[in-house]
Order: sequence, then structure tokens, then C-alpha cells
Amino acid sequence: MIRTLSRRLLNAAGLLLAVLVFNFALIHMAPGDPVEVLAGEMGGATPELLAEIRAGYGLDRPFHVQLLTYLGRVAQGDLGHSFYYDQPVTGLILDRIGATLLLVCAALTLALLLGCFLGVVSAQNRNGWLSHLVTLLSLAGFSAPVFWVGILLILTFSVALPVLPISGMSSVDAGRMGPWGRAADVAAHMVLPVLTLASIYLAFYSRLARASMLDVLGSDYVRTARAKGLSRFLVVYKHALRNALLPVVTFAGLQFAQVVSGAVLVETVFAWPGLGTLAYESLLRRDSPTLLGILFFSALMVVAVNIAVDLLYRLIDPRIGAR
Amino acid sequence: MSEPPVMTSMPPMPPMPVPEPVSPARQAWRMFRRNGAAMIGLALLLLVLAEAALGPALYSVSPDDMVWMPLTPPGASEYWLGTDYVGRDLLAGLIHGGRVTLIVGGSAAALTVAIGVLVGAFAGYYGGRIDNALMRVTEFFQVLPNLLLAMVVVMLFGASLVNIAIAIGAVSWTSTARLTRVEFMRLREMDYVRAERSIGASDARLIWAVILPNAAPPLIVSAALSAGTAILFEAGLAFLGLGDPNAMSWGRIIGDNRPYVLDAWWAVTFPGLAIFLAVLAISLVGDGLNDALNPRLRER
Repeated sequence: MIRTLSRRLLNAAGLLLAVLVFNFALIHMAPGDPVEVLAGEMGGATPELLAEIRAGYGLDRPFHVQLLTYLGRVAQGDLGHSFYYDQPVTGLILDRIGATLLLVCAALTLALLLGCFLGVVSAQNRNGWLSHLVTLLSLAGFSAPVFWVGILLILTFSVALPVLPISGMSSVDAGRMGPWGRAADVAAHMVLPVLTLASIYLAFYSRLARASMLDVLGSDYVRTARAKGLSRFLVVYKHALRNALLPVVTFAGLQFAQVVSGAVLVETVFAWPGLGTLAYESLLRRDSPTLLGILFFSALMVVAVNIAVDLLYRLIDPRIGAR
Repeated sequence: MSEPPVMTSMPPMPPMPVPEPVSPARQAWRMFRRNGAAMIGLALLLLVLAEAALGPALYSVSPDDMVWMPLTPPGASEYWLGTDYVGRDLLAGLIHGGRVTLIVGGSAAALTVAIGVLVGAFAGYYGGRIDNALMRVTEFFQVLPNLLLAMVVVMLFGASLVNIAIAIGAVSWTSTARLTRVEFMRLREMDYVRAERSIGASDARLIWAVILPNAAPPLIVSAALSAGTAILFEAGLAFLGLGDPNAMSWGRIIGDNRPYVLDAWWAVTFPGLAIFLAVLAISLVGDGLNDALNPRLRER
């Protein structure tokens, strides 16, 4: 167990290092550089001033020196300085990452629970209306652009049902509320973004859970369990569910990077103050240190989630740990 | 020495009707044709493709010109679907945008499949170190959120249609590669592959002419899925303002009009509906292909 875990951690460290090197190289291969953008925002600058700014940020040194300097700094937790925000990138990201994690975790939990439930229920009556409805809804959920779903929700809730906030994470007067009031305020702001983000994954998970449950329900041990007279409920929820959940959990872990991608779009639509909006803003400003930092932190989150899924796996299916 | 037991002669059998040989493709089509949802999807897909191919020639209003009062609702002028926030004809935008969306989505999907099959085929066929190295690369791309990476690539290298297609293809091939790899690993030990190898077939022939055609059914289904995903991806980038500034696309119309969404529901609703229907058509066809090409699954 500890050996597998340490091997996973080593692998993860290698991946993250590769991510850093790759992103750094990518930004350096691109035409143009941030200093020119900065100069543009200052309203123009002489070549001497440009050279001075470049020297100030170390942008005039050879590629490998810049890369090694950057890696050395990252090792100390310093992801560089944002040109645009004029702040350390690590701080910027840490300020925003909580909002993204809140959104992503809530959406994933909702999608997993509801998706598995719908999948399992529809698998038990494979030609019933619920089953067809789940298939149809999952196709529709996959096909609808997530940002469009968000905008439609905004339209609905601003015009027809003005009961939920449609943008941001807290109300203007949140400062005057007590801690519970503030939590309720954030929760109200969360409803629409979470529903939007969950809609895509709900589609995937319900479909997958249905297929996987059908697979398991057809297997011999389920027939045996049923033959010895166990109740239907017990067979489905005690014997079959665990095995049916394995592919769903694997898929959720593999897909986590895509969930972060989805969060970028959803955050932009709802002005949710997370990493997605930060990435979008820093892209518009060509703020490469911030972008590098966000990509790195996203990779870090994905790697961490994958390790967690690996551990969760062992809980669901003890056979894997025994190998 | 005893006589060998005499076989009692069987009553003469009537000649078995020899079933007419049917090619797998025809068999799949027969199966596909019986699937109502898939046929609806196919019809919808043909309609979308026809619109993208012929629409711009038949409807001559330019999607970039200001033709009427901004934010005119549908039905209030000669421009049926109304106008957007600068007074451009929404219907023209939809018709012209469809072509861009489909071309970019289609070529991105082709690139996705090409890279994925190449990587997966080599990894699965050769195994060992090559497999290990290629899977590391795959893992690397799976760890990076693909939309973020594509945003970075498009922003850094410029938002031309070619760059957008390349960026989408370059970040979405991993699942195709994994699928291809598994298929190749399974098929490379098959008797017919060994037989071919024993008569001296080259690796290239084994990979492309022997194994690949047999791995085709799941890959076709996954290619259909990739096309849908690529269209959504393109729409997402264009929505974020990272589309080609010189080409109208469905995602871009939504992104452009988003600030005015409360005044002009139609300007975001219709392009989104167009994306939705195009991707839905592809998904339905993909689903139908899945059932038609994997008859084993149909018993479920």
C-alpha cells in the first residue's frame, strides 16, 4: 500500500515537473512577449525602456537559465510575479482556488450522487420510461454547450423567477451579515453555477452507471444472490452497487481535468470569482506568469484527485489492494 | 478382429438454405436503419451539413454588416430572427457561422482521431518501452485541463481557424489513444495476426492493413463522439472571445451578445440551439453506430 502510494507520488512529481517545463517552453515559443503588452498599456515606450523592463524581469537571459530559475522558484512555492495584477502569482491563485474547488466539488458530488441514482434506478427497468428518459437526458446533457445552459438559466431566473442571484459569489451587503447569513448568501449564489456545471457530468455518470449496472446485474453472482432468495433491494444496493460504481469512479477521476475546464466556462458565465475567471482575465492581458501558475495548479489538483481516486478504489474494491 | 461399428445412415437432410453473404458494413446499416433515434439523428445531421454547404449561397445577407436597428426582436422586421447588439442579421450569422463551426469542429476531430490512433496503435502494437513512453505522454495531456491549454495555445499563437483546429486536436486525443491501444493489445495476439506475421508481413502492414480494420468499429464510434466534443470545444473557445475575429461562428455570436442577454434573449438562444442540435445529431448517429457495430451490446 505504502509502496504503491510512494510510486504514485513519484510519478505525480514527474508529471508536474513535465507540466512546468512544457508550459514554460510553450510560452517562450510564442511570438510576442508580455513586456510589449505592458508597454502598450503604458501608452508606448522607448526600446531602451523595454530592454530595461526585460532585464528587470530577467527576460533577456538565455532560455535554459530562465527555465532553471523558474523551476528553482517554484520549488520554493514562488510561482513568479503577475505583470498585470502586480502581485505574487501564488497569492492570486490561493485567493481564488477556494471558490473553484467549492464549485467543482459541489457540482461533482451532485452529478455523482444523482447520476448513480438515476443510472441504477433506470437499469432495473431497462425498457421502462425512466430508462428511456435517462438515455435521452444524458444525450441532451452531453450535446448542450455548458455556457449556453448557464445563460439560459440566467435568462430564466432573471426574468421569470427572480429568486436566485445570477452572478458573483456574494451580495454587495454580505459584509453586514452574520456568518450564517453569509453562508446562506454564498449557497444561494452557488445554485445556478453548480446546476450548470453538474448538468454535463450528470449526463455522463447516469449513462455510465446505467450501463455498468446492467452489466453487473447480468453476472452470475447476482443471479446466485437472487436465487438464494435475497430481496431485490438487497441484491441491487448491497451486492451489485459496489461493483457497478467502479467504472463510474474511474471515469470521474480520469475526467477531472475536464471538469476544471468546464468550470472555466461556467465561472465566466456567472462571474464566479475562481481560477477560471482569473485564467480568462490573465489570458486577455497576456499575463504569462499567472497563466503558468493556473495551469500548474490545475494539474496539481488533477494529480491529487487521481491519487485520491486510487485510494477510494481500494475502499470500494478490496481486491485491488490485495494484488 | 471386430468390424468397425457401422454408422447408421441418417435420413437425407434437405439442402440447407445458404444465407446470402452480407458484408459487415451492410449488416451494420441494416441494424442502424431500424434504430429510430439514430435515423432522426442522421436526417438532422444531413440537414445541418446541407445548411452549412448551401446556406451561405442561398441567403445573401452578410453576417458582418449592420442591416437594421440593433436588438430588434425576431419577427419585428424583414430579418426573421432579429438582429444582434450592433444590428447584424442573426439568421445570416447562424447560416454563415454554421459553416465555420462545422469546418473547425470537423478538422479538429479528424486531427484528434489521427493523433489518437497513431499514438494508440504504436503503443498497443509494440508494447514495452514504446508503450510506456507513449502512455506517459498521454497521461501528461490528461492531467492538463484541455480547455485551459487550448486557450493558452490559441492566445499565444493567434486565433486563426487553423490554429484553433490544431489546438483542439492537440489537447483532445488522449481517450482515442487509450481506446486504440487497448484494441491493438487485444488484437495483436489473434491467430489471424500471427498467421500474417508468420508469412513475413511487415510491422507497418500488420498495424495498418491487418489490425486497424479490425479495430475500426469502436474507433468509428469514438470518432463520432470526438466530432461532437470538438464542435462544443470550438464553441467554447469562440464564446470566450478566442475565435477567429474574421469568421462568424455560433459560439462567437453567443459570446458577442452575452452582455446584452437580458435585452436580447434571441441572440444567444438561437445560436446555442444550433450548436445543441448539431451535436445532438452527431451523438444520436454515434449512439446508433455503437449499437449497429457492437451487436453484442444489443442484448442489453
